[in-house]
Amino acid sequence: MAATFFGEVVKAPCRAGTEDEEEEEGRRETPEDREVRRQLARKREVRLLRRQTKTSLEVSLLEKYPCSKFIIAIGNNAVAFLSSFVMNSGVWEEVGCAKLWNEWCRTTDTIHLSPTEAFCVFYHLKSSPSVFGSCPRKNMQITILTCRHVTDYKTSESTGCLPSPFLKALKTQNFRDPVCCSLLEQPNIVHDLPAAVLSYCQVWKIPAVLYLCYTDVMKLDLITVEAFKPILSSRSLKGLVKNVPQSTETLKKLMTTNEIQSNIYT
Amino acid sequence: IDLIISTLNMSKIGYFYTDCLVPMVGNNPYATAEENSTELSINTEVYSLPSRKLVALQLRSIFIKYKSKPFCEKLLSWVKSSSFARVIVLSSSHSYHRNDLQLRSTPFRYLLTPSMQKSVQNKIKSLNWEEMEKSPCIPEINDSEFCIRIPGGGITKALYDESCSKEIQMAVLLKFVSEGDNIPDALGLVEYLNEWLQIIKPCSDEPTASALRWKIPSSWRLLFGSGLPPALF
Repeated sequence: MAATFFGEVVKAPCRAGTEDEEEEEGRRETPEDREVRRQLARKREVRLLRRQTKTSLEVSLLEKYPCSKFIIAIGNNAVAFLSSFVMNSGVWEEVGCAKLWNEWCRTTDTIHLSPTEAFCVFYHLKSSPSVFGSCPRKNMQITILTCRHVTDYKTSESTGCLPSPFLKALKTQNFRDPVCCSLLEQPNIVHDLPAAVLSYCQVWKIPAVLYLCYTDVMKLDLITVEAFKPILSSRSLKGLVKNVPQSTETLKKLMTTNEIQSNIYT
Repeated sequence: IDLIISTLNMSKIGYFYTDCLVPMVGNNPYATAEENSTELSINTEVYSLPSRKLVALQLRSIFIKYKSKPFCEKLLSWVKSSSFARVIVLSSSHSYHRNDLQLRSTPFRYLLTPSMQKSVQNKIKSLNWEEMEKSPCIPEINDSEFCIRIPGGGITKALYDESCSKEIQMAVLLKFVSEGDNIPDALGLVEYLNEWLQIIKPCSDEPTASALRWKIPSSWRLLFGSGLPPALF
């Protein structure tokens, strides 16, 4: 359940089920229900394709473009950081995208995307093929960037006293490089997509690091995006970022474009 | 399970990696010092204590809709292929579903699969434990059949039923609990288990001292959120 600004209580979408619902479902389920559920599951599959031609990718992305550094940004502020600072330096080529649908979100079909739209595009650095090794799993390192609301952060003081935005990190056992900020202390946890990626990496012994920015502004915000800046000195992003002042300018332009598009009446 | 892993200092030996539970990660929930606080933990982990021939599976998040049955199947298939001698499921049931008799008795119950009954029935009898009572399968109907129901028990009933049919030696130990601070319930349940397994030396004199014998993990801090803003007062 979640409370909105206007005081109404709405049921927050959640894939987690309670056992009582399932007991009832199990009792009443007919073959037709099972078929509907199977079709829904098929519809929810994530498809990888080339955006321009809309053709599916025949082989897995990492087989076609084996890489040693894989960077994922989740959420509008993380994406804005990556677009302005990393992808603005050097030439990045789009190699594919993920199209998905589920009951609560679907990816858009537009070519020109702002960081606030739900989409997943894969890019690869054209100018530096040496960045990409030839063994997908062996030498690969994964960096994940995302944001969370500061009220999700548990501390013995009040969250109002915290100097937000601030950065925290979580790393897998095989990640040996130094991290750019302090590690996320217990009892704090991370869930959803960043947790799924990190869990996979932990289990399969892939070095991975998650940089989590706790902020009190969840929409696209300059201060939040700039909170990711300490990561620019990390080994994961070193060499990928060329011109920081230019990147800051790009970021400011991105903010202005986004502000014009959004207001509370639309 | 957290109390057992923490108190016995069990080592992590692996993961039960599935897509059936909501993904979650965090740093070592049993950390005692700076040095051991940075190991990443995921939602389903396996711990062991070879000296006691004990293995613990800890589930830290909830099931994704419609995935609890596949999870039970995967779990029991792993139990069978690993040749575990017996399985003990620690669980709970909604206390508001108790009938009058249950309201007046101990909140702890047990259940044994037929194959388990053969081996431990005498020991359980000597402990004077209460077996989980059968209740009407369909509560609204008067002459409905009686069966085992564990409302609020998650996959407990499914695991129990499957183990009965697969002849797995399984015991279910549960407590009737309410929503809220379940730390005392966890301590109660682990003491109940301890009566049987003697994980740590039982203390027969003061029941309140039991809480001190189990090591509360560092991850149990701030269960109800962060500190309060001073401006509130």
